[in-house]
Amino acid sequence: MRKVSFPYMGTSYIPFNKLLTALGNEVVLPPRPNAETISLGCKFAPEFACYPFKIVLGTYVQVLEAGADTLVSTGGVGPCRAGLYTTLQEKILKDLGYNFEMITLEPPGRHLKDLITSIKKLINTRLSFKDYINIGRFVWKQLTLLDKAERLSHKVRPLEVKKGETTRTYKKCVDLVSGAQSIKELTEIEREIELLYECIEKKDFDPVKIGIVGEIYVLLEPSANLEIEETLGDLGVYVERSMFLAGYTVSNAVMDLFHMAGERDIKKLASPYFKEMCGGHGRESVGNAVHFAKRGFDGLIQLSPFTCIPEIVAKSILPRVCEERGMGFLAITLDEQTGKEGVKTRLEAFVDMLAAKRKKLKTTTIKPQLVKEMS
Amino acid sequence: MKIGIPRALAYYAYYPFIKTFFERLGLDVVVSDETTKEIMDKGVEDAITDACVPVKLFHGHVKNIKDRVDYVFVPRLVSVNNEATFCPKFLGLPDMLACSVTDFKNLLEVRIDLKKKRLRLFMLCMSAARRFRKGFFTAYNAYFKALYSFKNYTHQFLQGGIPPLGIVAQRKNLPIRLGVVGYPYMLYDPYLSLDLIKKLINMGAYVVTPEMVPEKDKLKQARKLKKTLFWTFSNNVVRTAYHFFEKRCVDGIIHITAFGCGPDFIVDKLMELEARSRNMPYLTITLDEQTGQEGLNTRLEAFVDMLKIKRAKKEAALA
Repeated sequence: MRKVSFPYMGTSYIPFNKLLTALGNEVVLPPRPNAETISLGCKFAPEFACYPFKIVLGTYVQVLEAGADTLVSTGGVGPCRAGLYTTLQEKILKDLGYNFEMITLEPPGRHLKDLITSIKKLINTRLSFKDYINIGRFVWKQLTLLDKAERLSHKVRPLEVKKGETTRTYKKCVDLVSGAQSIKELTEIEREIELLYECIEKKDFDPVKIGIVGEIYVLLEPSANLEIEETLGDLGVYVERSMFLAGYTVSNAVMDLFHMAGERDIKKLASPYFKEMCGGHGRESVGNAVHFAKRGFDGLIQLSPFTCIPEIVAKSILPRVCEERGMGFLAITLDEQTGKEGVKTRLEAFVDMLAAKRKKLKTTTIKPQLVKEMS
Repeated sequence: MKIGIPRALAYYAYYPFIKTFFERLGLDVVVSDETTKEIMDKGVEDAITDACVPVKLFHGHVKNIKDRVDYVFVPRLVSVNNEATFCPKFLGLPDMLACSVTDFKNLLEVRIDLKKKRLRLFMLCMSAARRFRKGFFTAYNAYFKALYSFKNYTHQFLQGGIPPLGIVAQRKNLPIRLGVVGYPYMLYDPYLSLDLIKKLINMGAYVVTPEMVPEKDKLKQARKLKKTLFWTFSNNVVRTAYHFFEKRCVDGIIHITAFGCGPDFIVDKLMELEARSRNMPYLTITLDEQTGQEGLNTRLEAFVDMLKIKRAKKEAALA
């Protein structure tokens, strides 16, 4: 039996694990990226590789040591570098003397044949057509539920009365979803998740709203972004992320199959500032920034790994977008050297500034109204 | 009407074409001054800190030229062939400049995407000519003159010269041959590369750059990689290096890269792994706005001396 493993990214390991097991593989679960992962990654990766590359490479070394013989990851068509990572990682790991097979899932638009052969390699049991449909539905439901639980946690965290209750609830939800066995159970869990979040005691006030944009891996993996959403939530900030895994899969894999551009409205919003597709999520970052501004967010945070090219392009454009639309802007560059406390200090200062700005704006906007009423 | 061309990035790869075309259209072509410390500092001031040196330098050249001309020509290079595009920083260059350089109103953006369209370059030139209200025949004439001048430029490289540095030919009987690979905007900017190529020639090396290897030989190496790289310049560099590995026509390879260059970490690691397995001496030099002359000299001297000793030993063994 194949012993399959894959990179760790947020909670995506739960549905991915389910999918690969159902297709008849033994799964070696990747550990959550920790100090050891990062130090292994930095040791073997080139110096200027971006942070996700190093984390993923470190994870690969760990799972190969744990006995995996097949690695599954996604490819890409560029011009973002990430599409070539599997090629290079395979070379580096083979050079280190590991023996394994690398399976790269390319986007279906241009590499449909490659994708099918790669998927065929991963199917190691006989399944009926109905089974495939059931597996697909189950995994998709899990994915959307996990996203939902996370979204709710962002909404509730700034309002909670008892510190840490939301984080506990979120962990409980993740456990519930990962323990589910059938679709029926998942529908019950969906209701339970809503109930659990409703039970949390909440304060009643309008929190500062911050949108987060940036590169997908550091957005989705809390250990890579130093749990920025949790930190901000504890500071009493409503956080909204521009990207979730389910949405990403739809716009990049399903739409790609039919040669349609995903997230068309976001790209349209970006067009006055940024006209060209430049790979990665550079243009989406700009488009989402405009989107957040239109919805009245107070501030924007851009997360990017050090030397990430599309985000560098976006970073030189975002300050102007935010200035024109009256939003605060903070760019955080992440790599293995970034410390949590340093980032926390910057976040605190940023949030304080936004709160002060909001107060000032309120008093100035109320004044003309008052004058009108008086006359 | 004056049109300004910043002396950075794509300039070094395509300037004969651009320059001849605009000149033949009857426009005054002004190229920005050769890179100096002042231009570099100006660029560093405006560009964002994470950008690589060549992009910062482009900002500097734009600032150097923008007040002297009517238009500053900033190409948005998307692709010049069917297999690859350019680095995302090339794709977003006009947008980056519009946002980071203050009072920059005279930007002339031209999107160059020649993918899967045969007459695309011709059409592009025609539309550029229309923009300046020039007739069809003037444009037609200018286009062919520009093509001819570009052909002439590539031909000079194949003859062993390096026209952007003013080297017409190199002596053939030098003790060692050295492959110097890197992007044109790194290699041929004397300030940025600290005159590295001339230094190597003075140390007694025959320098071969990617432009000096015939296109046919490079294409032969295309299949060696499991997946074609996404960037035109990078493909050029990797294929040249692979050509050197296979033909063993050089004694060593020096890779020149910019600090924080995105594509280069993949390119560099691929070549490094291959060089190790093929037993070819390989040196990576990372340049940025802070690199000092002496540190570089020491490294180059050591590398060249090592190659000379190796060569002498080999010849002694053969004799």
